[in-house]
Amino acid sequence: MNLRRDVFQAIADPTRRAILLLVASQAMSAGAIAANFDTARPTISKHLQILTECELVGQTQQGREVYYHINATSMKQVADFIEPFRKMWDDRFNKLESIMKAYQTKNDA
Amino acid sequence: MELKTKITAEDGRQDLTITREFDLPVELVYKAYVEPEIVAQWMGTKVLKLENKKHGGFEFETYGPNGQVAFRANGAIHDIVPNKSITRTFEMENTPFPIQLEYLSFEALTPETSKLSIHIVYKSAADRERLLQLPFAQGLNMAHNRLQDIVQKLK
Repeated sequence: MNLRRDVFQAIADPTRRAILLLVASQAMSAGAIAANFDTARPTISKHLQILTECELVGQTQQGREVYYHINATSMKQVADFIEPFRKMWDDRFNKLESIMKAYQTKNDA
Repeated sequence: MELKTKITAEDGRQDLTITREFDLPVELVYKAYVEPEIVAQWMGTKVLKLENKKHGGFEFETYGPNGQVAFRANGAIHDIVPNKSITRTFEMENTPFPIQLEYLSFEALTPETSKLSIHIVYKSAADRERLLQLPFAQGLNMAHNRLQDIVQKLK
């Protein structure tokens, strides 16, 4: 599985980023998180599910409530931007290569 | 499959190296760096100035979807040896990023293949990290920056 790609997809959504900002300071229950948004509770649950699946947040059971907390290890992957940087150069150089191949063919002819 | 483009960036250092092997003679890779029309094509930028000589320089300007100037970059060319090397500075205008120093080395592997290495030296290790954290490929918006501030604190 390409975890990194999933992580980036997860943080591309503004509501999910806002949730991460909330739980970064303290662990919160789903209800307490939802109270910060106008969005319907099931929508927030769906966002929490995606964040949990990407391991950006973790869950702990406290009594009847499930608390969500930020997962520092996965968040560091978000900070690891080497791969996007490499990809940008790779795309650029692929373009250079195809342009110069066309140039070469044209000038050989 | 081995990656054609590689990045070597050791932790805590203020430099990194980008290497790429091309299925092209070294002369053509060098040409792609010195012919303004070709630079414009693969960099996706308008080339306002490109003086390939000692004490020369360059100016690039990139436009956004509505025709507004989205990005401007410039630099001084300190040294240039055809088909071998370019030493230049690179400045992204109107950004908080300090000017970086770039050593480009062109090398023929066979008559038909070549390798380009770009050794980039940043002002500090922290500046290198900040630059790598630019959301190059994801197109994330500025709200992401706050998230990164938090990530920094988690480290």
